[in-house]
Amino acid sequence: MIGAAAIALVVAIALMLVRALSGPTLYDRVLAVNSLGTKIILLLGVIGFLTGRPDFLDISILYALINFVSTIAILKFFRYRSFQVSLTRRGKGGS
Amino acid sequence: MTGFEGATLAIDLLNITLLTILFVIAIAIARLRSLFAIVMLSGIYSLVSATWFVALDAVDVAFTEAAVGAGISTALFLGAMVLTSRTAKAEKGATKIVPLLVVIATGAILIYATIDLPGFGDPTSPANTGVGVDFIERTYPEIAIPNIVTAVLASYRGFDTLGEVGVVFAAGLAVSLLLGFGERSLGASVRREDRVASLKKDEEES
Repeated sequence: MIGAAAIALVVAIALMLVRALSGPTLYDRVLAVNSLGTKIILLLGVIGFLTGRPDFLDISILYALINFVSTIAILKFFRYRSFQVSLTRRGKGGS
Repeated sequence: MTGFEGATLAIDLLNITLLTILFVIAIAIARLRSLFAIVMLSGIYSLVSATWFVALDAVDVAFTEAAVGAGISTALFLGAMVLTSRTAKAEKGATKIVPLLVVIATGAILIYATIDLPGFGDPTSPANTGVGVDFIERTYPEIAIPNIVTAVLASYRGFDTLGEVGVVFAAGLAVSLLLGFGERSLGASVRREDRVASLKKDEEES
């Protein structure tokens, strides 16, 4: 059962990789990186259960935090071409 | 160690799959010209290799790779991309061949070096017969931390790790001072009208 889950996750990772490699727009790549990060987190949990050590779940939670922060950083870079702009003070319909 | 029958085979297959993914990403990074795509792909590369380190039981290395490779490096590369162009120039002539030859030679030397290494998990290897056994036997009764690497880093070698943290803090502080804070730092690349608008808004609020 866990093996089947691992195979499904590997297939999903391969599909994300195709999207990240071929593009065509930058947003496709950002989305591919973000969801590939999610798949990696799930795969880490599955590896933990495969090796009989569910302690790996802690590591995957930390990966989730890193993935979230780096996605925010990438999107912020997209929007403002800089990391030095605060995210909260920009009212008027999000512009 | 294995959770069920056939888990060793599953882990082996997983290792091979992860290495294949890494190989594909590396080839793609070498061939792409769009710097943004390369930055994204190097983030993916770090995440996948961190997963591979976890599969190899090197949890601490994996965590460092995920935090530094996928987190900080991506942000730093993007910040550097602001200052340069969006595509790399195509190499021609010798610059195309020489790096390939260097990489092949280095890889061959490394593979040659692995021939002398003991097998993975070999009970008679030096790592498993020297002080390593002592740590494996004494760590849990002495300080009850299940991960021996964590126990050595944070407890037996605690002062050394504290010194390392101090060094990393000093380096981070120096980099922050060099880059600067607030309006004068990387924010200089924000469009001028945006900055003026946000300044006005600050004045209205205060």
